[in-house]
Amino acid sequence: MAVKSVIEAVREAMREEMRRDERVFVMGEDVGWRGGVFLATQGFIEEFGEARVIDTPLAEASIMGIALGASFRGLHPIAEVEFADFVWPTVNQLIGEAARVCYGTDGKLNAPMTIRIPYGGGIRGGLYHSQSVEAYFFHTPGLKVVAPATPYDAKGLLKASIRDNNPVVFLEHKKTYRLVRGEVPEDDYVLPIGRAEVKRAGSSITLVSYGLMLHYCLEAAEQLAAEGVAQVEVVDLRTLRPLDTATVLESVKKTGKLLIVHEDNITGGVGSEIAALAADAAFDYLDAPITRLCGPDVPTMPFAQTLEDAYMPNTHKIAEALRTLAAY
Amino acid sequence: MELDRNMLLYLYRTMTTIRHFEERGIPETGQRGMSGSVHSSAGQEAVPTGICAHLTNEDYIGSTHRGHGHCIAKGVDPKLMMAELFGRVTGPNKGKGGSMHIADMSKGMLGTNGVVAASVPLAVGAALTSKLRRLGRVAVAFFGDGGANQGVLHECMNLASVWKLPVIFCCENNGYAESTPVEYALSTARVADRAAGYDMPGVHVDGMDVFDVFEAAGQAVQRARAGEGPSLLECRTYRYYGHTVFDNPLSYRTQEEQDYWRGRDPLLLFRERVAPGGLVSIDELDFMDLEAQELMEDAIRFADESPLPALEEIYEDVYVDYPLDLMRRGINLEV
Repeated sequence: MAVKSVIEAVREAMREEMRRDERVFVMGEDVGWRGGVFLATQGFIEEFGEARVIDTPLAEASIMGIALGASFRGLHPIAEVEFADFVWPTVNQLIGEAARVCYGTDGKLNAPMTIRIPYGGGIRGGLYHSQSVEAYFFHTPGLKVVAPATPYDAKGLLKASIRDNNPVVFLEHKKTYRLVRGEVPEDDYVLPIGRAEVKRAGSSITLVSYGLMLHYCLEAAEQLAAEGVAQVEVVDLRTLRPLDTATVLESVKKTGKLLIVHEDNITGGVGSEIAALAADAAFDYLDAPITRLCGPDVPTMPFAQTLEDAYMPNTHKIAEALRTLAAY
Repeated sequence: MELDRNMLLYLYRTMTTIRHFEERGIPETGQRGMSGSVHSSAGQEAVPTGICAHLTNEDYIGSTHRGHGHCIAKGVDPKLMMAELFGRVTGPNKGKGGSMHIADMSKGMLGTNGVVAASVPLAVGAALTSKLRRLGRVAVAFFGDGGANQGVLHECMNLASVWKLPVIFCCENNGYAESTPVEYALSTARVADRAAGYDMPGVHVDGMDVFDVFEAAGQAVQRARAGEGPSLLECRTYRYYGHTVFDNPLSYRTQEEQDYWRGRDPLLLFRERVAPGGLVSIDELDFMDLEAQELMEDAIRFADESPLPALEEIYEDVYVDYPLDLMRRGINLEV
């Protein structure tokens, strides 16, 4: 099987879906002749032409609103937001419109659109190129939210998102784009939205994460195994909404301890919901306090390197939190 | 137009300072692992210089992601700016802001900004403050040809006209919104044409010619100060480098085009225009280039000698006041 990067997997997923289904098209800033700011659509305009690879002005609200309108009758747009930090002008179209349209029209309209959003920090991007935005969309019924960590999952889940008949916010951690490589099959495969995956089996602590942090979690789990401290089970959520509660609960019931890791702010983040879920449905199985290791409650990624390093959860911090839990 | 010697010296010094900041400072950020997304305004110096020459420290500007020139022209100290680009505590934003969040209220600089056209309403809001409190101040909202297509700009132009606010909408049209040519994305031949829709003067000037910018800006600022309302000023200019330090501009524009615009360099044009008049000598201009060069060496040294923020500063200024123990809840900052 060929080894590919996350960005290659994303590109392959879109190319295959555009070849498979002529209703699929992409629109966004620099997606055409430039091939996308991260080159996700490199070579697309040459293959599919300007009618299906649409360069837009820098005007995010209209990108999202027009994609939404185009999705109502017959087309399957993939709208790209260059950086997650630029998503805010689109929020009315996404939360105010796309998420509600099926509900509000009694199912007469639906929005089979995919919104690709590169997000996340650790790249010295500062205030406007580093943000995690998942909690806002995670909170919103009517949207699906997917956040893969590996090239294999990125390809299979992006294809599923494009085929989905609902608006899917597809979050790609931009630091994983070229950093994370893995095996990706050449053939057509689709992964189900809404299924987490146990990326590493273990018996003593459940570690739940997604995106870039999943990789740091796996490293930390290996460290604890090497130290003989704990066998950590690492659960990759892969989809945030709908949340795969069964996989999380099954693991927590087995291990009795739960650590949740994400880069997004701690308060009101995805981890809050996972913690509530475990407290609610696995209370009798817990042997330690549910623990979260998340980004601090500051409004954006500070620019200075010392502060960005302090913001980001990392392997060392995760291993420390795991040791504390193991000793509890 | 007759400009006195002091103004001529001021215009050139500002432009060469901006040029040296961009050419010398930006590569240094990469050397220190701080490249992030930094946007050079080299080539565009005449625009902020010609406009801010009409402003005082009391007037306001809202800036863009390509905002180093705006900062310098508005009087922000390049040494402090360099410290901000290096993420040091001595920067105007204590290193937390970086290139795209340089704000200095002592100079009326409302901030560079990483989202296209996002600072436009902030400048309009400053103009509203000036009008409501009768402060007599004007505000300049800088945006690019990319920002020209953002909805919020159009909402703001409409309201500024309705309310006759003392604001100048300044479009720095450098030909490309990231990689997208302005001809592709703009419905009108010129950004300035859109002023008609908002019942305000729309002027298109040569943004490589600081005198052209200076004259048009003078009229717009005068109109704003007189309470006659906003203007739209489009300055056609060119950025010499890519959108960011990571961008190769030759992937979407030609060498011939770049050469053409470099041949119209604003500092070069200034020299050609001013030398025959005899008010300032070429030697004086050369000397100001040298001063700017030395200033950048000082600035880099100053930035390097300044400390990086301590970890605890991550929680500084999230609010004006807030219980720190609540904010810190559950977080261990130690790396």
